[in-house]
Amino acid sequence: MTVTSPDGDSSAKQLATQHGLVSASKIPGLGDYIKSTWRRKDFVAELADARSTQQYSDSLLGRIWQLITPLLNAAIYYLIFGVLLGTSKGIENFTAFLVAGVFVFNFMQVTVTAASASIPKNDRLIKAIHFPKLVLPLATVVQQIQQYAVSLIVLVVIVLLTGEPLTLMWLTLPLVLAMQILFTTGFALILARWGARSRDINQLLPFFTRTWRYVSGVFFSITIFTATMPAAVGTALLLNPGAVYIDLVRDSLMVTESSDPIIWIMGAVWAVVFFIVGLVYFYRGEKKYVN
Amino acid sequence: MSTNNLSTSKIPTVVVDDLNIKYRVILGANTGSAAGALRSLVSGKAPSQVVKSVHAVKGVSLTAYEGDTIGLVGRNGSGKSSLLKAVAGLLQPSSGDVYTASQATLLGVSGALNKSISGNRNITLGGLAMGMSREEVEAIRQQVIDFADIEEFIDMPMGTYSSGMQARLRFSIAAARQHEILLVDETLSTGDTEFRARSQAKIRELSGAAGTVFVVAHGHAMIREVCNRAIWMDKGVIKMDGETNAVLDAYEADVAEKKAAKEAKDKDK
Repeated sequence: MTVTSPDGDSSAKQLATQHGLVSASKIPGLGDYIKSTWRRKDFVAELADARSTQQYSDSLLGRIWQLITPLLNAAIYYLIFGVLLGTSKGIENFTAFLVAGVFVFNFMQVTVTAASASIPKNDRLIKAIHFPKLVLPLATVVQQIQQYAVSLIVLVVIVLLTGEPLTLMWLTLPLVLAMQILFTTGFALILARWGARSRDINQLLPFFTRTWRYVSGVFFSITIFTATMPAAVGTALLLNPGAVYIDLVRDSLMVTESSDPIIWIMGAVWAVVFFIVGLVYFYRGEKKYVN
Repeated sequence: MSTNNLSTSKIPTVVVDDLNIKYRVILGANTGSAAGALRSLVSGKAPSQVVKSVHAVKGVSLTAYEGDTIGLVGRNGSGKSSLLKAVAGLLQPSSGDVYTASQATLLGVSGALNKSISGNRNITLGGLAMGMSREEVEAIRQQVIDFADIEEFIDMPMGTYSSGMQARLRFSIAAARQHEILLVDETLSTGDTEFRARSQAKIRELSGAAGTVFVVAHGHAMIREVCNRAIWMDKGVIKMDGETNAVLDAYEADVAEKKAAKEAKDKDK
């Protein structure tokens, strides 16, 4: 029943254009999309905070778990790898080495895992109100950064208690964290789109993150462990983003650990590449998150 | 069968152009065998027996103008809610398009935005999601609480509310803001008589303010009272579009006729 004009537009579309109406299903350009997300930064903060409250609402200790969980994690790894398996050989300050590895890796693992569920988990909100869906994985990242901040304070205390001195290298820590957060956000956005499409990703993700943890040198030194293997194996492990950011945090905080300049370059490369790819990839899926 | 004799000088606010909406309904993802799931994973195709495609809206076109309050009627599953969701940008059209003068807001019976946080925080969340600033949210907070009449429960998790209370709060959050285009979906059938009266007054107020309102409601008396135009939808298409009483009379006659025919058929058996 639609009347079509010579230039191919229907009369209804012409009427709409004449009066400046905009398509309700149109996704804005990437720039406007980012702007409209930025305008909702309070919404991101509120969502992150609501989730933290929710997460601990049924437990007696509440948010103290934010402190206890990373400490328990570190203790278990210390017992298994430091004491029982002896992966501490050749590492001067194994306690600080291990705690840095566990905390830095956990942030990445927990964030990408939670982000993969961020679209289906907010189903009610998506069905009720129209807003850029980018706020949902971003809220996950913000919530995990808050948790990470607590872990980092614990880490700094442990590093100092184990005899590491304060050095000028500590000033590089904010740069390392900024790179790590950019990388993690990008990765989280990719998984958020996958997670919106199928629930299967949630089943597979634990296997991926566990493998990633084992190849990232969380509780052993990649250099020492791969010394007898072909050089390519060691290089591949060292350059994976998980190992890179763990390595850089250790380099910042510990005089007993130092990173090759190539690791610093890779830290920046992974951050920029993942963030841009993740942002564009998530944005391009925007239409798919509503149905 | 369209009785659309609206003058061209009116300003359009919503233009629906040959809209089609289909959606896939997953009837249970894990009901098939593991082998079947593996096959579909390898072939990249969704297992056909568990996914059903529903053609909810079939080639609907309409134009709504400033000051219009339009009642949508039709049987369950006739596509009324899907049409409203597409206008609000909450559903992607399969083909065709919807053009709006500004972001339309849908007032639905969807209940709590987040069941595990308090009503108060749901107000904040809903307001911020609609694009309000924190100051704007604070400015409307008391008004929302009063309108929904849930003062004493406002700090309790929304999951503990009755469905009527949830619907009231949702309606109040969305209605607290001035909307050019407001879509009301069945909200009025929940809640008590007093709240129904209050929300009807609110809709009249909003439609009076040069906006455009779409209302889906089972109560025809309410549609006759507040709407200047009605659209009758049947199986995804517009069966009639025109002056409220004419459309409702025709729809009610059709419903009565079908009912009589069904009763006669039952008697024959």
